[in-house]
Amino acid sequence: MTPMLSPLTKSPRAALAALAALLVAAAAPTAFAQPQVTTFMLENGMKGVVIEDHRAPVVTHMVWYRVGAADEPHGHSGIAHFFEHLMFKGTDDIPDSAFSKIISSNGGQDNAFTGQDYTAYFQRIAADRLELVMTMEADRMRDLVINDDHIRTERDVVLEERNQRVENDPGALFNEQLDAALYLNHPYGIPVIGWKHEISALNLVDARAFYERWYAPDNAILVVAGDVNPAEVQALAEKHFGPLKPSGVGASPRMRATEPPQLSPRRLTFEDPRVRQPYVTRTYVLPSAKDDLDRAAAREVLAEVLGGGVNSRIAQALTIQSTTALSAGAWHRGGALDYSEMGVYVVPRPGVTLGDAEAALDKVLADFLASDGPTDTELARIKSVSRADKIYSEDSQMTLARIYGAGLTTGLTIDDIQTWQDRIDAVTAEDVMEAARAAFDLDKSVTGWLMTAPANPEEPRG
Amino acid sequence: MTTHMHTPRHAAPPRATAVAAALPDRTGAMARAAWLGLGLGLSAACLWAWASPANAAAQIQQIETPGGLKAWLVEEHAIPMVAIEIIFPGGAGRDAEGVAGSSYFLSAMLDEGAGELESAAFSAKADELALRFGFDAGQDSFSVSARMLTANRDESVELLRLAMTQPRFDDEPMARVRAQILSGLRNEETDPGAMADKAWRAAVFASDAYGAPMKGEAADVEAMQADDLRAARLRAFNLSGAAIGVVGDITAAELGPMLDRLLGDLPNVAVAPAPKAETSFDGALQVVEFDTPQSVARLVGPGILRDDPDFMPAYVMNHILGGGGFSSRLTEEVREKRGLTYSVWSYLAPLDRAGLYMAGVSSDNARIKEAVDVIRTEWARMRDHGVTAAELEAAQRYLTGAYPLRFDSNAKIAGQLAGLMRDGFAPSYITERNALIEAVTLDDVARVAERLLRPDLLHVVVVGKPEGLLAN
Repeated sequence: MTPMLSPLTKSPRAALAALAALLVAAAAPTAFAQPQVTTFMLENGMKGVVIEDHRAPVVTHMVWYRVGAADEPHGHSGIAHFFEHLMFKGTDDIPDSAFSKIISSNGGQDNAFTGQDYTAYFQRIAADRLELVMTMEADRMRDLVINDDHIRTERDVVLEERNQRVENDPGALFNEQLDAALYLNHPYGIPVIGWKHEISALNLVDARAFYERWYAPDNAILVVAGDVNPAEVQALAEKHFGPLKPSGVGASPRMRATEPPQLSPRRLTFEDPRVRQPYVTRTYVLPSAKDDLDRAAAREVLAEVLGGGVNSRIAQALTIQSTTALSAGAWHRGGALDYSEMGVYVVPRPGVTLGDAEAALDKVLADFLASDGPTDTELARIKSVSRADKIYSEDSQMTLARIYGAGLTTGLTIDDIQTWQDRIDAVTAEDVMEAARAAFDLDKSVTGWLMTAPANPEEPRG
Repeated sequence: MTTHMHTPRHAAPPRATAVAAALPDRTGAMARAAWLGLGLGLSAACLWAWASPANAAAQIQQIETPGGLKAWLVEEHAIPMVAIEIIFPGGAGRDAEGVAGSSYFLSAMLDEGAGELESAAFSAKADELALRFGFDAGQDSFSVSARMLTANRDESVELLRLAMTQPRFDDEPMARVRAQILSGLRNEETDPGAMADKAWRAAVFASDAYGAPMKGEAADVEAMQADDLRAARLRAFNLSGAAIGVVGDITAAELGPMLDRLLGDLPNVAVAPAPKAETSFDGALQVVEFDTPQSVARLVGPGILRDDPDFMPAYVMNHILGGGGFSSRLTEEVREKRGLTYSVWSYLAPLDRAGLYMAGVSSDNARIKEAVDVIRTEWARMRDHGVTAAELEAAQRYLTGAYPLRFDSNAKIAGQLAGLMRDGFAPSYITERNALIEAVTLDDVARVAERLLRPDLLHVVVVGKPEGLLAN
């Protein structure tokens, strides 16, 4: 489960819109839009970001918490996401699961999502209702009321969510196994939604402890995008979030187990009778983007050169100039707090074995490493696409709000986000080759084959 | 062109939630209908055609180009980009005149080379211009969505024109795309949602083209020739009845000649409207045995056409029953009270030639029976007792209040404009629409509930190993 690209959400429908919006900027999760952005800080430590967009009388209001699945206590996987669901159950002021109904009867939409590094709650609503949603979001930051009935039914909902997203999809099960093998010690190896047996055991004590520890203004970031005036947003935030007491959690760094030296390539095969299209994939674990943004930018360009679309090296070699693959490519995910990942994959054509597909992929990588790297034409094309992404991302409030919220909860500053495109523009061919040599270390990777398997033999009847 | 490949990207979102949206292709966010499990290829515009803010309406300019094309434009100069949405009537519905699946195959081939540019050169040119575009073959329409930068507008239009008028259909991309589509069809064989959709479509539309798989069968795809796609292109891009929405950094004076350049070479031939589809709603329960932990159910009954005078009351009613997300009765009863599912919904599907009213739910094999029973019960309860005044008021407040949310980006507005135009509305519909919602009375809802909610007729498909459900 990716820390960044597939956060879990309370409702499947809005998840799609959110995810699709995010993908506008998926080539560079750290992203790079610069509309009119202002920030402020409340005395209790809550940060505010305002992104102005006056095209329509609409506002997107989000509260991001610096807590995600990777912050869960060991053995209680899934609590971050489960808790996100519980946040809709009620408070002393707004009981009986009325939260979403109030939003809806005011013409608004609401949802939430959980990743490895953050949990975020949002409403989209007419701009003149901003104060209403702010009041409600502030109310549940400290005054949530939950009981065992909520736990029982919502835990079943989450187990069904896991069924729908994971158990019913062999590719998702495969991804879980890959993540678990890729991380030897860090919690990114545990799925955001949680392991099934641990979800089943989550209880009210877990939920309350999680809430007490993490949900406080000094651990929260307010992001408001839309037809608003920054000074008015700040005044409203002071009025509604300002009185909330900080917990002190925001001052302490997030302590997670770190990876030991990774010394050995990992390999796994995952067989499932439901698989109709086998493929091979490899993921390398890398330092976090926030630790060296220039290097992360070089990796971003590297992933594009190698595997971003039909003109990439991998796609050309394996899908166009040979008949090895139906599709093939590479990706980079820099938007996580503790580690980045670089991945490559090949979906072979019928008749091509996974072994041959992997060998062909390895040859492309080897040839690339032995080459002078990307041409000027390639670099120019990739940078131009990236610049255009920036413009297109400005067409969506949701996209912009997510870029800022995700960046700020994964160790970036506003300036990091706004200068990202400059870093991309500065990447040279030498930078890309240096990034490639650092990235493609098999000792720090997992290679997986997804394969079909014969269905279970017919059980004896009667 | 959206989803014919399974994305093997490690940590790609699971297919049950977001296959279409997960693919970072140029079409972006066209996945709502696919998510709803309809797979009917309804355009996004069609789904959301009933909302928009008055200020957008005031800004709509109705353009007639020098060449006689009609389009709706909203100028928006805040961002240096233009979004274009064009909906051509027909879509896969016209495959019957050629090879099954040819529209879908065509949609995947139009960015694989055109004019002098072979596939790789074409794609490099699109990247160079930062032109984003996609083609979507729907059941009733074939649509084009494009976003381009102001700075590259002329060249972008030229590239798009080439794609639509001079696609090459070279052997290499034909073979590659064919293999990709076949791979996608194989994946659908074990995707419970796709399996369920295929089953109910075949049952409900036993004698109509709607019942056939839009992508064709494997044999159709294997046999597809470039000439089949050339014929499909002429059917797909017929200007007769085309709807065009444009939003962004362009003036009316600039738009006319631009559209004439883009579309002027396309045929304009009147096509007689196809007869209404024959439907069969038999109340049957169909179980498709499949070894997977969670069963996927679809319940399909008779619905309502978009131009029916009762469409708006039906729309409001459905919002209360199962269309309104967290506030709907189905979510309340199936998810919130009983924890039976993560996702339950109902949906009015107004196809051009048939109306459907359907619901969907996914639950553990041991609990799917209860989930389906609750949906049936709610179907009957609303038919017998209608809705409360409070429910109606809350629905009206949401539906009227949320309408600007669908108009907050250039790309969304372009989709809205084309969708309204396609459905035969005038721009003034946008200012009148909320009044239509507000005019719906309790009696109206009771009337459409009695007409549409027919639990005895629902054709129910369950894919999985449902416990306690036996096909009849």
